[in-house]
Amino acid sequence: MAARSRGTLRQVVRRLGDGVRKLGAVMYFLAGMLRAMPYAVRRPALVWRQVHNAGVLSLVIIMTSGFFVGMVIGLQGYDAFSRLRQEDLLGAGAALTLLKELGPVVTALLFAGRAGTALTAEIGLMRATDQLSAMEVMAIDPMGRIAVPRFLGGVVSVPLLTAVFNSVGILGAYFVGVQLMGVDNGAFWSQMQEYVETGDVWEGVLKSIVFGITASLVAVFEGYTSERTAEGVGLATTRTVVVTSVLVLILDYMITAFLL
Amino acid sequence: MIEVDGLRYSIAGRMIFDGLSLRVPRGKITAFMGPSGTGKTTLLRLITGQIRPAAGRILVDGQEVATLTRPALFALRRRMGMLFQNSALLTDYTVFENVAFPLREHTRLPERLVRTVVLTKLHTVGLRGAARLMPSELSGGMARRVALARAMVLDPDLLLYDEPFSGLDPISMGMVLRLIRANNDVLGVTSVVVSHDVEEISRIADYCYVVSGGKIIGAGTPVELQQSDSPLVRQFMSGEADGPVPFHYPARPYREELLDGGA
Repeated sequence: MAARSRGTLRQVVRRLGDGVRKLGAVMYFLAGMLRAMPYAVRRPALVWRQVHNAGVLSLVIIMTSGFFVGMVIGLQGYDAFSRLRQEDLLGAGAALTLLKELGPVVTALLFAGRAGTALTAEIGLMRATDQLSAMEVMAIDPMGRIAVPRFLGGVVSVPLLTAVFNSVGILGAYFVGVQLMGVDNGAFWSQMQEYVETGDVWEGVLKSIVFGITASLVAVFEGYTSERTAEGVGLATTRTVVVTSVLVLILDYMITAFLL
Repeated sequence: MIEVDGLRYSIAGRMIFDGLSLRVPRGKITAFMGPSGTGKTTLLRLITGQIRPAAGRILVDGQEVATLTRPALFALRRRMGMLFQNSALLTDYTVFENVAFPLREHTRLPERLVRTVVLTKLHTVGLRGAARLMPSELSGGMARRVALARAMVLDPDLLLYDEPFSGLDPISMGMVLRLIRANNDVLGVTSVVVSHDVEEISRIADYCYVVSGGKIIGAGTPVELQQSDSPLVRQFMSGEADGPVPFHYPARPYREELLDGGA
């Protein structure tokens, strides 16, 4: 019994040690990116290309998901509000749900699944095929050339994608609530104007920026530090989705608790 | 050009170099040979400062690589070119853009001049006609030649070749051999070639080191090495399957392992 407890304790300590080491590695990596930031800032075309890859190419999945999430909110919201005979509040309810919570969270999760995995796999394969080493030997800092533009591309894209997700989501809720369920058109928009405050919008903006930094950092870090094998790149890609998803949900709670 | 003194380096507790010392003279082709897994590529990574030694020092053109600041290391690397074993071409870029990449990063040459330099280098490796192709459209030999053009594009003083002949057909191998020799004869480049292709290396190297077990086990011109008294060097130079380097990886006795039924 005592031996088993000691074994469990040892395992917990080892896991904690691994976690601290990983956190240290992420901080070291972040410091490296900050050092290489001027290189990427002097070459904005590299960043815009990544905004296109991570942002523009994610638009279809973001808009499709946003519309369906909005429609579900429309249905559920209508059902809930109609029990209280407050159907007119559907617009305000949908907007608040999307702006403060679902928009930033779902966008970050979708970003991790589409763009984050692509970033990790791309950088991991570049590492496995010595492209990053080749840049090093050519006296070109791969951190500045590869990691930072992709990180900044993600940081810029996520808040913009969140705005698109929210807008399309509200349209989805409008379509179901007003067009299908018969909620009054004027009430839908006027109640939204009445109850949604600037602070609610800023809360969503803050979350989307934090999630953008988190998702991009995890994706780039995992790719940059992946094992130089096919299996290593695959595992790093999986870790990107898992770690980003967990971190986004934890951070979402922390920010919400802090702001409320 | 390169001086290595008392180099020690280990990976995950396994000693790769244990007090390695050698010299690479300027303007010559120096080869490092040795069985697979002896750390030949690691030696190139140490020379280019991608990894640091545990002990000892590596001087390139009088500068100790491990102690250089990052800008100084990058300045030194601008005078080096390296041909990677798997070519390491940037897969997003065309052949032309791959070769132009170091020029665009390190010079402010006008586009017309960049074009001229790139096409000249591609012509040298016989691939001017492939300038618009993507790396995925190239054969292994073509990719190696494009990588060589890229390594040469800044006219480096030192060229490092990591297994330049592995996986090449005889025609491509002949081309690469000729290019390495020509770089040395025509441009006076100092060349370091890492390889286990004894026959090919013997045709172009001015001086060879044979590395095994973390140490230099033989050094000399290719002819001297062929006549070496060392059984280890002789085994390597003549490609014998068994000898001081055993054919079998260390294991239990064969009979014992077969008869114990996997217990």
